[in-house]
Amino acid sequence: MTRITRRRLGLLMGASAATFAMPTYLRAQDKPKVVVIGGGAGGATAARYLAKDSEGAIDVTLIDDSDQFTTCFFSNLYLGGYRDFGSITHSYDKLQSDYGITKVTGMAVGVDRDAKTVRMADGATIPYDRLVVSPGIDLIWDSVEGYSEEAAMIAPHAWKAGPQTQLLKEKLDAIGNGQQIVMVAPPNPYRCPPGPYERVSMMAHVLKSKGVDAKIIVLDPKDKFSKQGLFEEGWAKYYPGMIEWYGPTVHGGIESVDVEAGTVETGLDTFKGDLLNIIPAQKAGMIAAEAGLTNDSGFCPIDAASMRSTEDDSIFVIGDASIAGAMPKSGFSANSQAKVAAMNIRGDLIDAKVFPAKYSNTCWSLIESDDGVKVGAQYAPQDGQIASTSSFISQTGEDEETRKATYEESIGWYAGITSDMFG
Amino acid sequence: MRNGSDNRNAVAGLLAIGLLCAAFTTTSSLALAEETPDAAGERLFSQCKTCHEVGEGARHKIGPHLDGIIGRVAGTMDGFKYSRAMREAGEAGLAWDREALDSYLAKPRDFIKGNRMSYRGMGDAQDRETLIGWLANVSVSVPGAVVDDKAEEAHAPSSFADIVLAMEGDPEYGEYLAGECVTCHQASGHADGIPSIVGLPRDYFVTALFEYKTNVRSNEVMKLRVNNLANEEIAALAAYFSELEPQ
Repeated sequence: MTRITRRRLGLLMGASAATFAMPTYLRAQDKPKVVVIGGGAGGATAARYLAKDSEGAIDVTLIDDSDQFTTCFFSNLYLGGYRDFGSITHSYDKLQSDYGITKVTGMAVGVDRDAKTVRMADGATIPYDRLVVSPGIDLIWDSVEGYSEEAAMIAPHAWKAGPQTQLLKEKLDAIGNGQQIVMVAPPNPYRCPPGPYERVSMMAHVLKSKGVDAKIIVLDPKDKFSKQGLFEEGWAKYYPGMIEWYGPTVHGGIESVDVEAGTVETGLDTFKGDLLNIIPAQKAGMIAAEAGLTNDSGFCPIDAASMRSTEDDSIFVIGDASIAGAMPKSGFSANSQAKVAAMNIRGDLIDAKVFPAKYSNTCWSLIESDDGVKVGAQYAPQDGQIASTSSFISQTGEDEETRKATYEESIGWYAGITSDMFG
Repeated sequence: MRNGSDNRNAVAGLLAIGLLCAAFTTTSSLALAEETPDAAGERLFSQCKTCHEVGEGARHKIGPHLDGIIGRVAGTMDGFKYSRAMREAGEAGLAWDREALDSYLAKPRDFIKGNRMSYRGMGDAQDRETLIGWLANVSVSVPGAVVDDKAEEAHAPSSFADIVLAMEGDPEYGEYLAGECVTCHQASGHADGIPSIVGLPRDYFVTALFEYKTNVRSNEVMKLRVNNLANEEIAALAAYFSELEPQ
């Protein structure tokens, strides 16, 4: 049953006479159907907004191969010991009970764009009038020679939250004195630009708070990274001597990894780690390529004003899988894009009013307890691209109160976005 | 070479110095607050001021004004939209005597689960006692002098905020724009580190946003949002949020 706010109930009761004039598309069997592939920050938000704002006029199905969702955002805080795993894992129950969304647990393996159906791994087909594709990312295993899906069981990427995150946590907690962690950071474009560096901070925090004398080496294919000045300031302040970051001019190129031996081969040297965290290059979740929605970059081009795929008018691609101009690949961005997509779908299907697209993003990172930093921007379509219209970033040398407030804000944001996604 | 009695004297001397130091330490924290209880109470209240007013002419803001709070039944100030949790606590008989206030202020989110007050808690028992004592003195004992919102609007605009307040905001447009807000300001009205804006009175809402525009309030995320909002959009948002009921 669709949840009705008190305000709506009042309006509905007042307008009861109008129900006799209900347009054809509201009669049960004719409701337009929207299928959403991917139940994360993009997909769950899209499904909820479609169901909520159409007030039952649209039939919404949400497909995800898990029956619960662990957020990648804040998973670093779980690694750091600030949150437990349960607190970053969410159920789809409310989306079903309060919003009438049909949740299908399974893997979508293909899309027949002519017939407008989604094909599931078990052979079932689900028809759609509009499709939202929000599958996140998939890892390009061989972008680091020697790495693979099997290797990830020994050297986790933990770049898709869930069991990988728990595996990484286990290995982190087992690090002892004199040991070393080696992280291979990903090349652009990848989900969550500051993510690897927040992770390094969280790992350092765990080691420091246990009094473990261990080092963290970061081998980065990039010559600079998001919030670099802020992280480097924080690392020098809180974790002096613990963290070494090497860019390509120092390591001379990341060549290969041997997870059994625990080594990463670079142009400069062989680095040995008691824990290897390998984060390879990324592409849109596989279903996007299967459906013919990607271009050579491996991600999906979209219309900046609506998130509609440039390859198919009936399909919208949101979140990490999309090429969203200046917007970073983040949960916040996916949630923002989902609302624009949902609005445009309602415009297509039930003649709802469509307002000009506005997007925003803020990314918070925790460096040490009560020391949080953030970067963010507003975006709008400009000359066919999603461009930044204004932005901000935390400053080095900020006082303790500011950093603490920034951290507390991130806690408020997490509670907010997860209720915005899951109800 | 020192003999035993010299050692004992030395130890006694050291002990004396130690005790004096300890005495200075405990009295100095009170001495630092050579601070009258009144001044201390006011200082402690500064962390509440963002959301609460108290004293003659106090009005509702993000939180209800606190006039007449001592002894008042919870969730009963006229004209304020409390969370359901707070209203139910009052209906169940909770009244704000000093003991209840003390428990609440120690950990608001534990004392009344599901309430909207975005405050982690005041850990120091002495601080709480000082603050509650101050509140009792400062809060006008006549229960809630609620200022009528409408009366405020009947004067010529004297600031940009007033110009926006004079506009009729479109709540439907506000609902669309609110998509940008509810990622952080939960639509349910729950607050976990970001203040609730659900049910916020229009004039307070508009004034607050303008304070971000003019750097009276500082928060980079809010400044970004507000600088990208035109006057009609602020009016629409204010109209939308003021109509919502917290859960």
